[in-house]
Amino acid sequence: MSDVIATNQTILVVGGGISGVTAAIEAAECGKQVILVEKNPSLGGRVSQLYKYFPKLCFPSCGMEINLRRAKANRNLTVLTMTEVSAVNGESGNYSVTLKTSPRYVNENCTACGECEKAVEAEFASEYDYGMKKRKGAYLPFNMAYPQRYVIDPNMIGTDDAQKAKDACKYDAIDLDMQESETTLTVGAVIWATGWQPYDADKIQPYGHDRYDNVVTSVEFERMLDPFGPTGGKIVRPSDGKEAKDVAFIQCAGSRDRNHLKHCSRICCMATLKQTTYLREKYEDDFKASVYYIDIRAIDRIDDFYQNVQADENVTFIKSKVASITEDKDTGNPILHGVNTEGYHRYSNPHDLVVLAVGMEPSVAKSDFPIDVVVNDNGFIEADEKNGGIFAAGCSSDALDVNRAVQSATASALRAIQVINRVAGTEG
Amino acid sequence: MTDANQQMVEQYRNNFLREVEDNVEEGGWVKMCMQCGVCSGSCPLGPHWDHPPQELFMMIRAGKRDEVLQSSSMWMCTSCYNCIVRCPRELPITHIMHGLAHYAKRLGIAPKNQPTHKFAQLFWNNLTKTGRVNELKLGLALYFMNGISEGIKTSLKMKDVGLGMMMTKRLSPMELIGGHKCKDTSGLQAILKKAEELEAARIPVAGK
Ligand SMILES: Cc1cc2nc3c(=O)[nH]c(=O)nc-3n(C[C@H](O)[C@H](O)[C@H](O)COP(=O)(O)OP(=O)(O)OC[C@H]3O[C@@H](n4cnc5c(N)ncnc54)[C@H](O)[C@@H]3O)c2cc1C
Ligand code: SF4
Ligand code: SF4
Ligand code: SF4
Ligand code: SF4
Repeated sequence: MSDVIATNQTILVVGGGISGVTAAIEAAECGKQVILVEKNPSLGGRVSQLYKYFPKLCFPSCGMEINLRRAKANRNLTVLTMTEVSAVNGESGNYSVTLKTSPRYVNENCTACGECEKAVEAEFASEYDYGMKKRKGAYLPFNMAYPQRYVIDPNMIGTDDAQKAKDACKYDAIDLDMQESETTLTVGAVIWATGWQPYDADKIQPYGHDRYDNVVTSVEFERMLDPFGPTGGKIVRPSDGKEAKDVAFIQCAGSRDRNHLKHCSRICCMATLKQTTYLREKYEDDFKASVYYIDIRAIDRIDDFYQNVQADENVTFIKSKVASITEDKDTGNPILHGVNTEGYHRYSNPHDLVVLAVGMEPSVAKSDFPIDVVVNDNGFIEADEKNGGIFAAGCSSDALDVNRAVQSATASALRAIQVINRVAGTEG
Repeated sequence: MTDANQQMVEQYRNNFLREVEDNVEEGGWVKMCMQCGVCSGSCPLGPHWDHPPQELFMMIRAGKRDEVLQSSSMWMCTSCYNCIVRCPRELPITHIMHGLAHYAKRLGIAPKNQPTHKFAQLFWNNLTKTGRVNELKLGLALYFMNGISEGIKTSLKMKDVGLGMMMTKRLSPMELIGGHKCKDTSGLQAILKKAEELEAARIPVAGK
């Protein structure tokens, strides 16, 4: 990493999700020097964990592939994975930033042949699959990972397994002595694109995500649809592996709730509408989806998506915030309890599977930013002059869909470019 | 219709929500309800009463004054707090329920034969006499609430419990004559009288 060169005319982009990648490419294609850092071993962020995108229901990998091709083709852009920013000091036009890179134990010789993976035995919970599946101690984070380079889990170091991996590699790509490294650079502007994380569903006590197998989150549900994912692309119940054809969706799970996240996460209504189409895709007419909601907030141009789902006779909408879930011990069915506020009917409805449409919260807490930034009540970064040359892109600024995240990324790239142009102007 | 009730009807005309906001304990919260239904779905009494909390709040906004104030629903609230801990808007639902009951009672339009209503009055009468609850008299008053014959039946049924309590010194037979009291009963009466005056200046009360 010591070979990375940066000046106060360089833009640092933190976070390699769709927003960070977009901002970095836009700025680099305008001729600016850009360093993109990502804490995970691969770029892609949360969209790489989705099955399909609303509103067009295309695969996220295709948009990402175009972006990566643009990134690879651009010599102004340097990508650093497994890297975090540990300190930022200074002011707009002149920041000193400290980057900390964790060892991957695999160098650029790696051809992703997969021999090391076959050689090792140890397994760990897969981060990419929210722990629903195991991965080996030598692994590629996911099929479409960029860079296409393996990783050795740090817990392997010092074990025989690690040595087996090294012995299996024909390309001399594994270096078990790799160390954490740190470097301090000067940059002119910072684009903060660290995105969102799903609200911890275990905290919603009455829904029992921590107690009942057949209560999953919306992000876990997305993973089920992946043909290479934990269930091989099948919608099944975690308790017994049976097909889940009668699925309940609970909206605002952790959002719009003063006990949890105060804000409306804005995406989860659309995400649920989309996920009902997954059921139709897998089971054709042989399924039942029940959406328990307070209000459906499908924003502007995607309202027709909502209307199409409403027209689906197998999808029922129940105006009710579910009060609690219990479990039928014999069948493993979750039973939803509450009151349908249209007519005040009490219900106790069993379903095969429950999907909690969990809220989106900022992935970096206010206290964890390496420099003071102005955030709103919900922890998202504000567009505030006090933030100087630090600009938020995508879901670090609000709960957004990809379309809006990308717009926000382009806007932040423009703001950062203005800072760099000003610096370049004063420096002649 | 009582005089106090009539006075409030005239004062607020069709704005029952305002009336609740001004006069019911924690009534200002009612407009914050987003009708999600979690309180109703969480209430253990749900199937047994006319209107669960969320429905009452909607009825208040819809101006259904008589249906709300004459309902027995809020008298059934057991203060279990299930609703409060789950309400996404943090409404103090339990307190509003008791506030509504209290307000209806004040205006003299609470359901007459509702048992919790009756018990609340017995409890108050018992407590304010001496500043201490006289368990024995309260218990008996409760048993005989619905007449002599039912009173005797209930008393016999509860006999063993009463004896047990006496054995363990939780209940003294001496309570029947006089009973224990606070140090300054007349001071307490004066405080309550003053409080009543202050409250009466704020909200009218039936029969006064
Ligand atoms: C269930 C669900 C389904 C969805 N489906 C759709 C859909 O169909 N269509 C749609 O348009 N949108 C959808 N969304 C929204 C979509 O996921 C977001 O719009 C998108 O992920 C935003 O991208 P981002 O780059 O801003 O954030 P992220 O995807 O979160 O990317 C942030 C990146 O920053 C990295 N990072 C985090 N912290 C640090 C750090 N400290 N240092 C360095 N790097 C860091 C992360 O590893 C990550 O790679 C869905 C959301 C949910 C919850
Ligand atoms: S580290 Fe070596 S063995 Fe493992 S995938 Fe890369 S090239 Fe193949
Ligand atoms: S988008 Fe829908 S599910 Fe998500 S918080 Fe808002 S209203 Fe609730
Ligand atoms: S839980 Fe709160 S917001 Fe929901 S209906 Fe009841 S009072 Fe209203
Ligand atoms: S506190 Fe009263 S209204 Fe609330 S859930 Fe309990 S009994 Fe029902």
